[in-house]
Amino acid sequence: MAILVDETTRVVVQGLTGREGRFHGLRNRAYGTKVVAGVTPGKSGQNVEGIPVFDTVAEAVAETGANTSLIFVPPRFAAEAVYEAADSELRLIVCITEGIPVRDMAQVTGYLRGKPSTLVGPNCPGVISPGKSNVGIIPGEICMAGRVGLVSRSGTLTYQIVHELTQRGVGQSTCVGMGGDPVHGIGFIGCLELFDQDPETGLVVLIGEIGGDDEERAATFIVERMRKPVVGYIAGFTAPPGKRMGHAGAIVTGSSGTAQAKAEALEAAGVKVGRTPTEAAELVEGALA
Amino acid sequence: MDLYEHQGKELFAKHGIPLVEGSVAESAAEARRIAERLGGKVAVKVQVQIGGRGKGGGIALVGSPEEAEAAAARMLSEGFHGTKVTRVLVERLVDIAEQFYAAISLDRSAGAYLAIVSSEGGMDIEEVARERPEALRRVRVDPLLGLLAYQVRYAVGHLPGEAREGSAAILAKMHEVLAVNDATLVEINPLALLADGQVVALDAKVTIDDNALWRHPKIESLRSTFPIDPVEARAREAGLQYVKLDGEVGIIGNGAGLVMATLDVVELAGAKPANFLDVGGGASAEVMAVSLEVILSDPSVRSVLVNIFGGITRCDVVAQGILEALQRVTPGVQIVVRLDGTNAPEGRKILAQANHPHIVPEETMLEAAQRAAELAKAA
Repeated sequence: MAILVDETTRVVVQGLTGREGRFHGLRNRAYGTKVVAGVTPGKSGQNVEGIPVFDTVAEAVAETGANTSLIFVPPRFAAEAVYEAADSELRLIVCITEGIPVRDMAQVTGYLRGKPSTLVGPNCPGVISPGKSNVGIIPGEICMAGRVGLVSRSGTLTYQIVHELTQRGVGQSTCVGMGGDPVHGIGFIGCLELFDQDPETGLVVLIGEIGGDDEERAATFIVERMRKPVVGYIAGFTAPPGKRMGHAGAIVTGSSGTAQAKAEALEAAGVKVGRTPTEAAELVEGALA
Repeated sequence: MDLYEHQGKELFAKHGIPLVEGSVAESAAEARRIAERLGGKVAVKVQVQIGGRGKGGGIALVGSPEEAEAAAARMLSEGFHGTKVTRVLVERLVDIAEQFYAAISLDRSAGAYLAIVSSEGGMDIEEVARERPEALRRVRVDPLLGLLAYQVRYAVGHLPGEAREGSAAILAKMHEVLAVNDATLVEINPLALLADGQVVALDAKVTIDDNALWRHPKIESLRSTFPIDPVEARAREAGLQYVKLDGEVGIIGNGAGLVMATLDVVELAGAKPANFLDVGGGASAEVMAVSLEVILSDPSVRSVLVNIFGGITRCDVVAQGILEALQRVTPGVQIVVRLDGTNAPEGRKILAQANHPHIVPEETMLEAAQRAAELAKAA
């Protein structure tokens, strides 16, 4: 089981012939992921270490049965890459690209509404179900198969917490990096819903950060619908208002979007929130004991 | 990127949004000349990227060119709430009958835009929303369809009859400004009905999406008009994400979330972070070296914490970068280094072999933060 990616995942990498696409596409394959095709306009007929390259996603899907796209296309072409993947009705689209204009993303997410494809990202590290499939740039070697589901707006912070879990012998069912952009595909609620239904997941770790109200809305969902326990961590307690902290979405505007408000909302929903990544990992370990 | 009022108004003018006559001045003498040309009675307004000008003394309504000159001189020399002021906008004083509010902004949780029109303006809109919510009308703007005519009619439908037509035209044009320039916020507060029946934009607040600036090179070039901390400028040139904070522990990390978490852990350890610095993914030795130089050039820094979790980034490369930087600058403070993830053993070995007197290796993020906090206090 796990969520979003597993042994049945067949990946087409959009931008496979680029530097990043090649490096991570091959790394995902080395992990055991079925990377079956690449797409780069004008390069059909070529291959990247045996992975066939096509001009369009439609052709890649017809020839290889790909059901998931992994996008490493530069920001100015990335929105179109998502439309292309969606029009081939891929079940999952993972967009790693950072720096896509938010207007493009608002249009993309509007277009995807009601369509069968789930989008993860953009500006995200991707999705890994340890031991089954790795679609993105999360280092597989820090993960370990197990029963903790993890969803995060961040990349390296996710690695930090996964690493701390693995070092404690706590494995993961699936880790989802949903990305740090203000407008994105699947969010906390979508992931919590999937984890709640997944028999291989026993507990969920939610890693948030300043900006927006994704965490607050997740807290409402947890109170109303979530059956499994959730442990939280929020980054950015020291972030000053009005300053963008790296991620396009990580900015405190006025009094909204603060780490304090998010941690309080989660705690009010019965979520134990760690003040450091280490404490979050300890809370998970304690909850499973 | 937040534009100055006069820059926002230049975009407004291009799209035909009615404005009050005025010009921008960079000196008190220039402000005086503009006031003379406008007939003497003018508003002098500081140009800054923060709000609260009305209440905070950033707007002076004056009756003569001499007074305009004096107001401009004061604003340019004193600054505004700690922000440097390099220019003021001088505008003709108008006779205001009523004040409203109009804005279109990104609604991130809806993945759409939100247009808001308030029949009460000229004040803090959040306060109006709290105290008199019936004064506000909201419309969700689909990013694929844009702002539709019926939505405009509804949005201005609660304004006084004589203001509706002018306000509707302005709202539609605000949406053009937003869509054409990749803005995430276009706000007019106040939107004013003048005694002569005209509706005009008395203010302009425009925020452009940083990720879309490549589509708008002219707007991007306005960046040079904003005051910037010299250390921030240097970091930006090197492609680093840097934000100056007011503490004493310099921070370098990879990935925005991890850096934010590092700041928090340092504060929990009893010290204050001096900055946010994200070297991004796959940092080269050169990037690490520049980052350290940037941090060490900040005189308030008492210790440095380098917290790297290698994914794409390789810890051996990071370690080399730190050593390179230490050949270029002589640090006056201790540098705590925590390396984990890709090639961490190699990176730690490089640092151990160098045995540099200013490098303090630590095993975990928590220990490293505690050590950096102690060193900052002892320094």
